[in-house]
Amino acid sequence: MLPDITKIRKDFPILRQKVNGKPLVYFDNAATTQRPLQVIDRVNDFSLKTNANIHRATHFMANKTTEAFEESREIVRQFMNADEVAEVIFTHGTTESINLVAYSFGVAFVRAGDEVIVSEMEHHANLVPWQMMCERQGAILKVLPFNDNGELCIELLDDLITDKTRIIAVAHVSNTLGTVNPIAEIILKAHLQNVPVLIDGAQGAAHFNVDVHALGCDFYAFSGHKIYGPTGIGVLYGKRKWLDQMPPFLGGGEMIDKVTFSGTTYNQLPYKFEAGTPDYVGAIGLAAAIQYLQGLDRQVISSYEQDLLTVATLKLKQIDGLRIYGEAPLKTGVISFNIAGIHPFDLGTLLDQLGIAVRTGRLCADPVMDHYGVENMVRASFSFYNTLDEIHAFYKALIRLKTMF
Amino acid sequence: MTIDEIQQEIVEEFSGFEDWMDKYAYLIEIGNELTPIDPKYKIESNLIRGCQSRVWLHQEFAGGIIVFEAESDALIVKGLVALLLRIYSNRTPLEILNSEPRFIDEIGLRQHLSPTRSNGLLAMVKQMKLYALAYEKISSKK
Repeated sequence: MLPDITKIRKDFPILRQKVNGKPLVYFDNAATTQRPLQVIDRVNDFSLKTNANIHRATHFMANKTTEAFEESREIVRQFMNADEVAEVIFTHGTTESINLVAYSFGVAFVRAGDEVIVSEMEHHANLVPWQMMCERQGAILKVLPFNDNGELCIELLDDLITDKTRIIAVAHVSNTLGTVNPIAEIILKAHLQNVPVLIDGAQGAAHFNVDVHALGCDFYAFSGHKIYGPTGIGVLYGKRKWLDQMPPFLGGGEMIDKVTFSGTTYNQLPYKFEAGTPDYVGAIGLAAAIQYLQGLDRQVISSYEQDLLTVATLKLKQIDGLRIYGEAPLKTGVISFNIAGIHPFDLGTLLDQLGIAVRTGRLCADPVMDHYGVENMVRASFSFYNTLDEIHAFYKALIRLKTMF
Repeated sequence: MTIDEIQQEIVEEFSGFEDWMDKYAYLIEIGNELTPIDPKYKIESNLIRGCQSRVWLHQEFAGGIIVFEAESDALIVKGLVALLLRIYSNRTPLEILNSEPRFIDEIGLRQHLSPTRSNGLLAMVKQMKLYALAYEKISSKK
């Protein structure tokens, strides 16, 4: 069964525009997704009618906004199947969520000589905060490698974990390779040795039903703007048992209980980790995005995205000199590649002239570039509002552009 | 010819192109024709690393003139580098300091000089100006 793409694309008016005189083909969804009208309208409506700061005043608009904000939190809780709203923290994105855990968990639990495990395929957001924490706490960063096919070397994980391992951080889905990692298995192995796991869900949350209860992950982070919501809002899910023991990350208003010059006490969860005025407009937009997604048949959508990936992979492999990085058996619609003799920047620039938006560069994953011994890559990433016609146009464009080199 | 006269020349060369493909094909051609930088100058200290492409810039100062050699691993950037060398190499520091590469905007390629850290081009222009500034200061002290 196919989704009604024509109907869906009507929800995303931004897709109707022309770029450089050509119809836009938006293949940069791993960088950010587009927002449906339902999200845009919700955000505009809110700004037109109800805007006030939350958890502070008690006037009408403040109450309505606070209600809407906390309702959004409950919508996210349900979306993730978290046990309680106290475990759902609003942040400004995946990067901030991971920095929060790296810092606070680090202060609470990581000492000199301890170990932290990340994988070789991590986005810098799930690598650099751990490097910084290890430097601060005198801990050692260990790396779980991946093979040329783009799969994590899971068989090495048991030996990598020692009695000094304090936490493992790994991506749900790789932003470069598209690999869907076996996070359930990783969590199981880690828990058998009493090691908590943080999952970077930036690329995963849009494509999968994330059930943190079933997964058992200790932390799960994702961003609003990668799941058809606004920028500036993100989520950190954390098990209460960890969050209760972690000190605050940012200090300021809201996260306190009482402030005096001789000492300050902190608020309860989730507010302990929500200093300052949150992006409550963003949170409301995120909730609208989640509701939009839940209004679609996610199975059908997912299956369609797989079709796009399959067709695109088949077509691209027909191109002489084209190499795809990462061909794991289970992938989302992300294809990073290079064409021999053509620099990704040149290809990306010319594709742009044809209205086709892809990402080029190091994809915020230097270790992945180093693994394959390349400086940059081209990345096409799909979403359920892309079409097979767009894939064919992409293929034809690549063939045509090849002749310029 | 002055820097501005060469810029005008470049703008005229590009005005003949109506099709973006022809414009970029020409840029790629210029890039391909650019004399490669001497390998011994392709060193870390001459590298301007952008995350989209890399640019190497080497300079020598003699007789009051700065000579630049440069290269990029991306062809389109190499083409733009060739044009920048055309206006900025073999110039006095003052000439370099007193002009802006406005031709890039006028040939419709402004996005390649965008102030991100991406393709190294803007950083290269800044670096050329820094060299000019340094040599101007050294010269004026004599």
